[in-house]
Amino acid sequence: MSFLEDVLERAQRVADGAEVFAVSSAVTPVHFTANRLKAVQEQQTWGVGLRIIKGGRIGFASTTRQDDPQGLVARAQETLPLGPEASFTLPGPREYPAVPTYDPAVEALPVRALIDLGQEAIERLRGRWPEVLWECRLAKAVTTVTLLNSQGLSASATHSLVSLTLEGSQIRDGDMVFVAEAVVSCHPLRDVGEVVSSLDEQLRWAQRLVPAPQGEVPVVFTPRAMAGLVLTPLLTGLNGRTLVRKASPLEGKVGQPIVDPRFTLVDDPTIPYAPGARAFDAEGVPSQRTPLIEGGVLQGFLFDLQTAALAKARSTGSASRSPATLPSPSPSVVVIGEGDTSMAEAVGAVSRGLMVEGVLGAGQGNVLGGDFQANVLLGFRVEGGEVVGRVKDTMVSGNVYQVLQRLIAITRERRWVWGWLLSPTLVCGGVTVAAKG
Amino acid sequence: MQIDTRLREAIAAALHNHGADYVEVRIEETEATHLLFRGRELEEVGRSQGVAGCVRAAVAGGWGFVSFQDCNPSLLRERVATAVGHARLVGRERTLLAPVPPVEAQIPPRLLKDPRLVPLVEKKRLLEGYNEALWGVPGVQSSTIAYAETWRRVIFANSEGSFLQQERVDVALRVSAVARQGGDVQQVGISVGSLGDFGVVEGLEGTVREIARKAVAMLSAPSVTPGHYTVLLDPVLAGVFIHEAFGHLSEADHVYEDPRLQQIMVLGRCFGSPLLNVVDGAAVPGLRGSYAYDDEGVAAQKTYLIREGVLVGRLHSRETAARMGEQPTGNARAVSAAFPPIVRMTNTFIEPGPHTLEDLLGDIRDGIYCKNWYGGMTSMEQFTFSAGEAYRIRNGRIEELLRPVMLTGNLFTTLQNIDGIANDLAFNQGGGCGKGGQFPLPVSNGSPHIRIRDVLVVGR
Repeated sequence: MSFLEDVLERAQRVADGAEVFAVSSAVTPVHFTANRLKAVQEQQTWGVGLRIIKGGRIGFASTTRQDDPQGLVARAQETLPLGPEASFTLPGPREYPAVPTYDPAVEALPVRALIDLGQEAIERLRGRWPEVLWECRLAKAVTTVTLLNSQGLSASATHSLVSLTLEGSQIRDGDMVFVAEAVVSCHPLRDVGEVVSSLDEQLRWAQRLVPAPQGEVPVVFTPRAMAGLVLTPLLTGLNGRTLVRKASPLEGKVGQPIVDPRFTLVDDPTIPYAPGARAFDAEGVPSQRTPLIEGGVLQGFLFDLQTAALAKARSTGSASRSPATLPSPSPSVVVIGEGDTSMAEAVGAVSRGLMVEGVLGAGQGNVLGGDFQANVLLGFRVEGGEVVGRVKDTMVSGNVYQVLQRLIAITRERRWVWGWLLSPTLVCGGVTVAAKG
Repeated sequence: MQIDTRLREAIAAALHNHGADYVEVRIEETEATHLLFRGRELEEVGRSQGVAGCVRAAVAGGWGFVSFQDCNPSLLRERVATAVGHARLVGRERTLLAPVPPVEAQIPPRLLKDPRLVPLVEKKRLLEGYNEALWGVPGVQSSTIAYAETWRRVIFANSEGSFLQQERVDVALRVSAVARQGGDVQQVGISVGSLGDFGVVEGLEGTVREIARKAVAMLSAPSVTPGHYTVLLDPVLAGVFIHEAFGHLSEADHVYEDPRLQQIMVLGRCFGSPLLNVVDGAAVPGLRGSYAYDDEGVAAQKTYLIREGVLVGRLHSRETAARMGEQPTGNARAVSAAFPPIVRMTNTFIEPGPHTLEDLLGDIRDGIYCKNWYGGMTSMEQFTFSAGEAYRIRNGRIEELLRPVMLTGNLFTTLQNIDGIANDLAFNQGGGCGKGGQFPLPVSNGSPHIRIRDVLVVGR
């Protein structure tokens, strides 16, 4: 009998229901610092979370020890009398959609290949920008999730991932330029061309320093800015956890228009080989495509079993967790619908505004109320429909619900960001820009 | 507690004949308990137990690292070989490590009131009391109370003959209250923590009630007009400022491979007025960031970063110290055995100055009093941080509460613009620091009240 089966069997003896959730992963990161290869690492982790239900209450414990199944069960039992009420029942075996997430080529990928990719990217960029210092992280990861419960559910899935992150800093007389780009894929990366040309463009635009436009001006949010700034408060409001806490401004608005009718947002973990994809969630509920906002109208929220039960809704298969915590709803793969404008037209229509690419310190404001605000780490002034230069010491702030009502354009072109978001570029009004001087 | 002799022998054996310039092993055991209230309900209570280990090796200036969950002593030699193999892929120059004497020591945990001796049911009762205090305030819509305690025992051994065993118990409590009116949601929170003292999370009913009242009051508070103001920072926010905006720049790993940054962070350069003294040090006892030895086995110190306005030091690992020709400071830390040690802060603070709070307030005609920590980030010269509360100051008096504000600017100008430092140093021990994917590392930061001219303040 495996350790997990042993734990489940022991737990079933003392509880009405039990669930064992295990994650094992092997991650091999390669780091380049200041243009040079610095370290090769290998991180093997393994952990198990045990959730038991008895007398309507939830007990929970976790471990990374493989030698003490009874200790794990005893700790979960200890928390049981104090535990939260279970509003749900564990699911039995279910039919899962076919969602491929594993490419064996990742496991077979030699460390040398990662080192070569990093070196190639840095060398190509060094050729064009000799004075920029590059920090580069590449990693391959293989993760297996296993879920067993007392309803007879037994599911396991393996994910492969390869990621490349490049950050460049250019420092001159106390003025610093930061550029960054990342790709994440379930397959080995074959080419660094796209990353290199994106960074090259960022650096070209950044060379001229210009004053920031001030006040309420149209702002161009690139996919990276959408991921790092605008979406955070929106996804918080769309989370079933926020809803059942009565902290979501979207409560009671399902079926109502909340933003511009051109805006569509879907959570879709069933996209083959998307890095956040999965066939089932962390409670064994089948993955599904969940429309959240369609045509500007609120469609629903993301739920796990517990929050769904509290909200008298159905789980959307959005449970996410580490072995050390209880599940909680979370977006998996977020897709924003494309618009009908080209990038050139979208920027071309801005007579005076700001393009935001990278931000610093986002998520500090009143996120629950929909506010976002951040320091612009990398942003450009748009004048007469063209990028004219980089701004510094500039803050952007706004409220996502107001800003998405004052949508000016959505581009046709979409880009993947960090493997969890597919987004177009958005041009919005209602954003406040403040700058030093 | 005695170390398993088989493990000790296996570690010693694995640290010989490895073929690397340097090898270190860490084995870590943890026991943790957490309780989480969201809203009126206890949402989660859990206990965890863990063991993990890692090996880090240096060959010709390159680093290899492996971490693992299975700490079976018979596998250690093989782990070392893997780490050395990875280091070989990287190494192209010379391994440079500042010399430190090998140490052998066993450090017991600092314990004032051991949280592990407080029964789980009493912890729950204490937090329930806070929840009642919080929900007793009309207008509260939601709340979070998160408690966590972690016992950690780390064995460290290196190929130079060091063998250390250190234990610590961390206690942390975060409470936040959310008030709402229609689509307007306001949140106020506090974070407290300690090294081995459950006492700091007790007796907070009054504080908790106060944060709930402030969250409700913010709903009807006016927004600040964005612009440049003279700001007065309370010790908590000033401590976060010095940690975020300046402390991270003092981490030598940012500096040592970058000649241009070395020119900016040049020792002897004037960074502020002669009033300004900034210190970091794990040797300052009894705080969240305190310890006896860092994760490279270097004894903790107290390091002046700025003395009388002049940059005089920075934070080092053994490697950064050697490469920059400076002394090691005992600042190499790893958040867990899953990660290698990197240069981190410990207890970072601005030393008390000559003024009283009244002196600082007295000549502010139109400014903003920013209190409490909400969040903060920095990227080299630019920083952004949020106050938990803000008040308008007029003619030397603290007046109306404002909606939350965010402060941003350039570090070098802002440090020069500090024109008053009070004598009321206090520490904030509720935070956890993140860097290079390693979060949350226990740290503390502190400051007296400080006054800064011409800061860009944005409000909502």
